[in-house]
Amino acid sequence: MLSPAETQAAFAAALLDPELPVPPYLHSLGEPAGADRFAVYRNNVMVALIGAMGDAYPVVRRLVGDEFFRAMAAIFTRANPPRSPAMLEYGDGFAEFVAQFPPAASVPYLADVARLERAWVEAYHAPEAEPICEARAMPVRLHPATRLVRSSYPVLAIWEANRAEDEPQALELSDQGDNVLVTRPAAEVQASRIPDDAAEFIESVVAGQLPNSGDHLDCLRSLGAFAAREALA
Amino acid sequence: MSSAGSLPRQGGVGLKPQHFSAILETCPPMGFFEVHAENYMGAGGPPHRYLRAIRERYPLSIHGVGLSLGGAGPLDEAHLDRLTRLVERYEPQAVSEHLAWSSHAGVFLDDLLPLPYTRATLDLVCAHIDRVQSALRRPILLENPATYLGFAEGDFDEPEFISEVTGRTGCGLLLDVSNVHVCCTNHDRDRHDYLERLPLDRVGEIHLAGFATREDARGRPLLIDSHDRAVDGVVWALYADVLRMVGPRPTLIERDADIPAWDTLAAEAYRAQAAMDDYAQEKTHALAG
Repeated sequence: MLSPAETQAAFAAALLDPELPVPPYLHSLGEPAGADRFAVYRNNVMVALIGAMGDAYPVVRRLVGDEFFRAMAAIFTRANPPRSPAMLEYGDGFAEFVAQFPPAASVPYLADVARLERAWVEAYHAPEAEPICEARAMPVRLHPATRLVRSSYPVLAIWEANRAEDEPQALELSDQGDNVLVTRPAAEVQASRIPDDAAEFIESVVAGQLPNSGDHLDCLRSLGAFAAREALA
Repeated sequence: MSSAGSLPRQGGVGLKPQHFSAILETCPPMGFFEVHAENYMGAGGPPHRYLRAIRERYPLSIHGVGLSLGGAGPLDEAHLDRLTRLVERYEPQAVSEHLAWSSHAGVFLDDLLPLPYTRATLDLVCAHIDRVQSALRRPILLENPATYLGFAEGDFDEPEFISEVTGRTGCGLLLDVSNVHVCCTNHDRDRHDYLERLPLDRVGEIHLAGFATREDARGRPLLIDSHDRAVDGVVWALYADVLRMVGPRPTLIERDADIPAWDTLAAEAYRAQAAMDDYAQEKTHALAG
C-alpha cells in the first residue's frame, strides 16, 4: 500500500500536468478511474486559479478579453502556482509576467495596468491606519496602504474607463504618462494622479531617504499618503 | 458582539461581498452568516469593516477551505496561525474545515482533493485535527466531502472513517447534505444507509448547496459540487429526511458562483427554516396523537 505522501505526490503531479496518466490507485465503481473523472479535479484547479487571477486583475481581463486572459493566466498559474492557501495574496508578479509575454506585446500599457490593479488589491487589504491629512511634524511613515505606480502611458484614465462592466467608450487619451498614488485614507481605496515631484518624493521615502519638503507635501497629505508613526511596543 | 456559544438552530447564508450593503441596510432576520476563513486573512480594509459590522448583529460561522487537514506533510503552521488570529478577532460560534487535502510540497492546489480511507490517513487526519483544536482551543466541525472518484485500497468506507475521526478527536460533524447526495450518486451508494452510519449525534451544522449534473465517459451520472445554483429539490427532500433523523440543526445555504440577488438567496435560508418548523410541528402532532 502506498504511503499518503506517495499517493498525494502522484495525484498532485497528474493534477498539474494533463499529459500524465491518471494514477492507477484511483478507482471508480470497482474499476480503474477514467480520465473523465480525474478531469473534474484538473478542471476545478484551473478554474479556481484562473478565477482568482480574474478577480485580482479585472481590468486586464477586460482589456484583452476573457479568452486571451484565461490562456495567459493559465500559463502564469502553471509557472507560478500559489504557495499559500491565503489566496488574497496570490497573483504577485503578474505584471512582470505580462511585460515579458510576447502575445501581449501589442498592448504595451497592459503590464502597467496590471501593476495598478496589484497596487489596488494591496491597498484594499492593507492594515488600518489613521492618515495624517494636515501639516504637522514632518511625516515619517507612508500609510500602509500607500502604493505608487509610475507609467509612461495614461494608465489611470485607461483603468478608470474599464472598471465598470458597461459598454466601452472611446477614450481621449493624453500622450502623457501618469503617476498614480493608490491609498486607502478612509473606508475605500482611492487612486489619484500626482505630479512628478510628488512621485519622486514618495520614491525617496520608500528608498529610506528623508527628502527635503516641498510644495507637493500638502497634496500628498490631503490624499492620505501618510500615517502617524506606530507607537513602539 | 454576542459571546461565542453555538450557532442557533436556524437557517443561515454564506456571506458574499455583493450582499454586504443589503444586509447592513435592511438587517434582515437571519439565523447566522458563514464566511470562508481565507477571504478574511488580509490585514485590514473593507472586508473586515463589513464583517465586523455584520458580526455585531448576527452569529457567525468561520469555514476554512485551505488547511489541508488530510495533507501528508506537516500542517501549515503559518496558515493555522492566520486562522487562529481570525477566530480570536471574530469569536465565531462555529469553526469548520474539510475532510480533504489541498496542499502538496508547498504548493496550494486550490481544490478539496480526495483521501484514501486507510489507517495511515486516519492517523494523520486525527493528528492534524488535534493540532488545530489545541491551537484554536475549541472543537471544530469536520465536513463530509464531495468526491468524483475513489481509491482501490482502504480500511474503512467514508462514514466509518468519519466516525473514527470524530470519535478519536472529539470534533463535530458538518453534515453537507448535498455532498451526501453527490457522493452517493457518483459512487452508486445508498444515501440513507450512508447517512445512518455517520456519527449523526455529532452534527453541529448542515450545509445545502446546488450541484451540476454531468455524465462520465461510461454514461453514468457524475454530479459536480458546483455551488453555482439553487439547492435542488432532491437535496431538499433528503434534508427533510435528515431533520427526522437528527432534528433541527443550524442550516447554511452555500453559494459561491453566479451569486443571485440577496432576496433570492435569503429565500432559500427561509425555506430551510420552514422545513425545520414543519418538522417541529410534525413532532408535536405525533406527540399529541
